[in-house]
Amino acid sequence: MTTISSFPAQPLAHPTPATAPAERSWLALVALGLLALLVTAAAPAGLRGPAFWLGIALLSAGTLGWSWWKFGQGPAGVRHNFLWARSSTARGAVAWMTGIVLTGFYVVLYWWPQYLENLIRPLDGLSQTLRHRPADQWFLYGTFYTLAVLLMGARALYKYRHSPYQRIRTGSVMFFQLGFSWLLPGLLLALQKPEFYFSYFWPLKYDYLFPGTVDYLVRDGRALGVFMVFWGAVMSLVATPVLTYFFGKRWYCSWVCGCGALAETAGDQYRHLSDKSRTAWRWEVRLIYPILGFIVLVTALLWLGAAGVLPGWFTSPHSSGLPLVDGVSPLEGLSKVYGFFIGSIFSGVIGVGAYPLMGARVWCRFGCPMAAYLGLLQKHFSRFRISTNGGQCISCGNCSNVCEMGIDVKQYAQRGEPIIRAACVGCGLCSTACPRGVLNLENGPREGRYQASPLISAESLRILE
Amino acid sequence: MHLVIIGNGIAGVSCAQTVRRLQPEARITLVSSESPHHFSRPALMYLYMGHMRWEDVKPHADWYWPENRLELVHYHATAIDVEKRLVHLAAGPPLAYDALLLATGATTRYADWPGQQLSGVQGLVSKADVELMAATTPGVQQAVVVGGGLIGVELAEMLHARRIPVTVLVRDAHYWGSVLPPEEAALVDAEFRRHGVLVQYRTELAELLGDEGGRVQAVRTSTGQELPAQWVGIATGVQPNLSLAQSAGLDTDRGVLVDELLQTSVPGIYAAGDCAQRRQPPPGEAAIEPLWYTGRMQGETVAHTICGQLTPYRRGPWFNSAKFFDLEYQTYGVVPPRPVEGQASFWWQPARGHCGLRLHYRLDDNLTLLGLNALGLRLRHAVCDGWLRQGVSVRHALEHLGEANFDPEFFPQHEEAVLAAFNQQNPTLLPLVLRRRKGLLTRLFST
Repeated sequence: MTTISSFPAQPLAHPTPATAPAERSWLALVALGLLALLVTAAAPAGLRGPAFWLGIALLSAGTLGWSWWKFGQGPAGVRHNFLWARSSTARGAVAWMTGIVLTGFYVVLYWWPQYLENLIRPLDGLSQTLRHRPADQWFLYGTFYTLAVLLMGARALYKYRHSPYQRIRTGSVMFFQLGFSWLLPGLLLALQKPEFYFSYFWPLKYDYLFPGTVDYLVRDGRALGVFMVFWGAVMSLVATPVLTYFFGKRWYCSWVCGCGALAETAGDQYRHLSDKSRTAWRWEVRLIYPILGFIVLVTALLWLGAAGVLPGWFTSPHSSGLPLVDGVSPLEGLSKVYGFFIGSIFSGVIGVGAYPLMGARVWCRFGCPMAAYLGLLQKHFSRFRISTNGGQCISCGNCSNVCEMGIDVKQYAQRGEPIIRAACVGCGLCSTACPRGVLNLENGPREGRYQASPLISAESLRILE
Repeated sequence: MHLVIIGNGIAGVSCAQTVRRLQPEARITLVSSESPHHFSRPALMYLYMGHMRWEDVKPHADWYWPENRLELVHYHATAIDVEKRLVHLAAGPPLAYDALLLATGATTRYADWPGQQLSGVQGLVSKADVELMAATTPGVQQAVVVGGGLIGVELAEMLHARRIPVTVLVRDAHYWGSVLPPEEAALVDAEFRRHGVLVQYRTELAELLGDEGGRVQAVRTSTGQELPAQWVGIATGVQPNLSLAQSAGLDTDRGVLVDELLQTSVPGIYAAGDCAQRRQPPPGEAAIEPLWYTGRMQGETVAHTICGQLTPYRRGPWFNSAKFFDLEYQTYGVVPPRPVEGQASFWWQPARGHCGLRLHYRLDDNLTLLGLNALGLRLRHAVCDGWLRQGVSVRHALEHLGEANFDPEFFPQHEEAVLAAFNQQNPTLLPLVLRRRKGLLTRLFST
């Protein structure tokens, strides 16, 4: 009777069923693939190429086969059995190990790329073909990232094949990651043009509206560079408000963005791990808006500096003796500080390293200034809302459970209120997972957007203050 | 005023929340021996399947209760002293009340089967039930579920998730025969088959057979079959928890008897939710409504009466929903399981695709819509409710079907096909024209 006495700390779903032999075989391929990549890292020159490609092949075949085995056969539907009971998805030992390995990979990638040499070199051929230049650590990173989105995207397509919304949305993030974040920037390099990501915008790609970047693009890219600057400015300042007005922030966060692409595919298995508590929401507000404010300020100061409006102290180098910013101007120092702490550590190391423990949207929820900007627009200047269906909610909690952004969706649904939250990225999983057909993503007229259903007399008690 | 509520299920909690809103100064105490905090009863299955943890099925975080001054007492209420207006608890001093709500819920109903006391035989109503199920199902090779209703299919899905082979015994000729027409039941049956769950219709439980240790080993059915089963789920219905009301001398029948204000036979004592039985329910309504939604509505209603705004319980058009494995079900208004004189039913089902829609209507001049059933489709509650309250014609409902479409974006839209089928089946009526589609174009072009 230990199960009962230790409840609720012990999930009721124990013990999980034994893993079937077929599933073990597919997972064995994944493990062998990872082993081959590990061997590559230490292999002599002659072996590293074959080991690398064998690793990639095994990893890909294993992931695709496992996804098909797990989700692609049998009836389609929401399959969340044992989500909170398995070590890998319930913050168990496997999850901790995965988190540490991912974090470690980012640390090596950012600060000790020389140790990745053996993994980079086998990609030279591909890099030469695509980009007309040898591979570097960023090409390795981009390739792994894109592969993760495509392979785990296939898993998401199998898993959510009963939902046209999820199918199309998953296809969209896979398309943008492969085309706009991998092929196109490589192709631009091959054509001797500036490397440019047409699917990332300021303030997420914060330097795209920095005077230095604008200057470089226009100088180096000529007509195309002018177009790139124009594209970046229009997307950030015009298209973003307009698209968000009609569709909510989902047009970007869960359909286009590369960070979103990884979260929605590789991170899908971790979406329930986002903290739904009021405390977490307070941290969200405390972090994300100051970060947006900081990058807006830095950008504005850089332009003022470039225009020569600021006193010379701001734009001339100082030797301060401080790490990171020694010997640069205060303005450049600010952008360096932002780039190091927010651009590298938060969005990369923590953002992805925390996947198996805090869910896949840690960066998007607590850090991303683009998400903050889109969120403000979505909350105050948008037609988007998640409608709740009259009195049909049973407070079961499935919607909150699957919300990767940590929104306690059921608080709204059980009161018959539409969900209008700055954080919502519109992934639609709450609607997909709802067992009673209560939630629906809609772009309706703005009048009555906050109107609650008269079919539930909502308590007047506030959820968030 | 001190309101004491016995039971922290949806009826009790809805009453507490509503009283807090109506009378901010009232003292409100919720007594429950089942769980320290309110939880979603329909979500118990997800705990067992590992979709969620205990804290995830609590509709409110723990800070909610003290912040809203809702006092929680986690003891069993043992007796009510009607004269002194006291509730006695299993521990601690008794609670004095000015108003008392019995929201004691219901428990599994057993039909005096031989062997029903064997271990491994249980229902699924309470938190203790799901914990017992988690403790007694590991190692089970075969399971049997008795009952063709909503809890029956939940139990089958739970066992199936744990890869325990399960056979469901259903008394009627088709699934949920007291509620679903045959076409809907056939879709549910297909869903069972898709998931490899065996269903035996026209079969009842006759006897449960155990081993020397008192653990169930098999069931004998009304058809004389003996099915091995080391675990048996009883899902043939629930019965109100009455002992507290009975010992206090309240009028009871199958449930605690209440008038339309949900008052019991003793002034100051009310009953709501699964335990309450209306003395004179309006025609067509059940005396006992053991449902999440009606529990919520009864709790809200009785709160008004308790606060002095006498409010009879009028729940409006019926609605309910469920999910049979992967197949969602919604119902609005009245859809009888069998044909009724003077009424007609239009059933639509695509040649391919696992869904269906029924519109049930009266054969009067207006062809008044009486109810809708949807399987594998989502309908908009507010629209269906409005149609039923206004008594619109089935023709109006069909022509404006897009208005009621609550399916997510990019899902196939069936309105045209539904209308075509209706026109084909009713060649003597003026053909219907689809006037309301779903989506953006609708909003732009509709008046």
